[in-house]
Amino acid sequence: MSTLPLIGILIVVAGFALRLNPMLVVTAAGIATGMLAGMTLPEVIAAFGKAFNDNRIIAIVWIVLPVIGLLERHGLQQRAAAVIRSLRGATTGRLLLLYLAYRQITAAIGLHSTAGHAQTVRPLVAPMAVAAAEAQGPLTRDEVDRVKAMAAATDNVGLFFGEDVFFAIGSIVLIQQVLATYGHDLTPLQLALWAIPSAIAAFVIHGGRLLWFDRRVRR
Amino acid sequence: MIGLPLLYSLAGALFAAVALRSSFDRSNARRLGNAAFWGLMALSLLAGDRIGDFGNGLIVLGLAALAGFGLVGRSSPATTSELEREAFSIRLGNRLFLPALIIPLTALLGTLAYNYTPFGDAGWIEPKRETYVFLALGVVLALAAIFAWLRPPLLAPVEEGRRLLDAIGWAAVLPQMLAALGAVFAAAGVGDIVGGMTRAAIPDGSVFLTVVVFAGGMALFTMVMGNAFAAFPVMAAAIGVPLLINDYGGDAAVIGAVGMLAGFCGTLLTPMAANFNLVPAALLELKDQYGVIRAQAPTALLLLIANIAILWLGGFR
Repeated sequence: MSTLPLIGILIVVAGFALRLNPMLVVTAAGIATGMLAGMTLPEVIAAFGKAFNDNRIIAIVWIVLPVIGLLERHGLQQRAAAVIRSLRGATTGRLLLLYLAYRQITAAIGLHSTAGHAQTVRPLVAPMAVAAAEAQGPLTRDEVDRVKAMAAATDNVGLFFGEDVFFAIGSIVLIQQVLATYGHDLTPLQLALWAIPSAIAAFVIHGGRLLWFDRRVRR
Repeated sequence: MIGLPLLYSLAGALFAAVALRSSFDRSNARRLGNAAFWGLMALSLLAGDRIGDFGNGLIVLGLAALAGFGLVGRSSPATTSELEREAFSIRLGNRLFLPALIIPLTALLGTLAYNYTPFGDAGWIEPKRETYVFLALGVVLALAAIFAWLRPPLLAPVEEGRRLLDAIGWAAVLPQMLAALGAVFAAAGVGDIVGGMTRAAIPDGSVFLTVVVFAGGMALFTMVMGNAFAAFPVMAAAIGVPLLINDYGGDAAVIGAVGMLAGFCGTLLTPMAANFNLVPAALLELKDQYGVIRAQAPTALLLLIANIAILWLGGFR
């Protein structure tokens, strides 16, 4: 088999490494890959268009932005920060540890779309985490960015290592179908059960890092 | 039945309103670029099922050209100042959280009620989409509550939405572009080629090293594709099923479930998973677009090691 279509992967890796505009990198990689695999240019464009159209569900989450923006207009981020300042003993690490547990548990019972970067991290979790860190002393711009990035990271870790404990999710169904084609029939419950050790490992590892993060910010 | 078409129309209407307001924004030198960019998104959401695959492909090329050649700019719609916001925060107090909680609570309670009470028996929502429908309902309820309580200007929701959307910029569209790239990769047979190459890299006879190559391959190929779903069928066909399950007698449930989770460690490490890694960096206005990936990297690497241990100890008891 020809390895020529792998040039698309090289384009992607090089493009991201050089920090070229990802929209152009992705388009170039898609067209190169398709044509090296023997598709004509109109076929590649149509394949791209069909897949883009099939994935429009990704764009639906942006409908929350007008609400988030309106609440920011009326001081929501400032209020979130004020609440944290009024709590004794609230630190960035403890706050994010609580959010990690909340995110893992809600994802594990199938409620993974109820929180997220637009819905909860930008309006609530990130300003709270920054306020908790500032309670220990003023922060530089870079330190503020590190705290916000950790808030987003905590959302991702909680989601990824909570959702597979819920047996009716896409990835579990995919695993089941793939293994079934090779004659290994499993129930979704068996697979979800084996997501639990990794979920615990994620809570211990990332939770430990969050508590450690407090020491680094305090210094 | 309520389902995706209604939700697409709702999102399409938002993008159309943002495009329209962009075109009149004299403070933004690139206003026509912004108007065209969000206008194309509106077209995709409102008419994507009627313009054919090639028509959708042209929308994608247009979006990529507008974003890639710097024709989309940052806008500054009228909003409140930092001082006014502090004053609002003091005057309105903790009641401000109530409208903020309407969206997650509506999604949470709606999904639970729809699935576990007779309320869902009538089947009036497209299957598996109920959380999205309740999310949209939450948005409508929150808007109504904010208007009843705070009486903002009529156009404020569009302008505030435009402020945030322009702050995110093309990163709002990139996840969909990457999903499309994944489909083109699959059609070109990239998965088969990578699977064959990984299989050739396996040392003979060592269960542990095979587990390491399987988990590492899941993480690496997920980083390339941006999605563990694309990597799993390839790695399962190349290593997971023929070697780990059939030859070495590993437990299929462990190999499947933990193999997928090893892939998720790769998702935490790659800009290809834009909606998880690049979009929040834009949404939180970080200087470093790879800041979220940097924050995740130690967790991802330690978790990959943990998953390899779980695969080995749990899969070959």
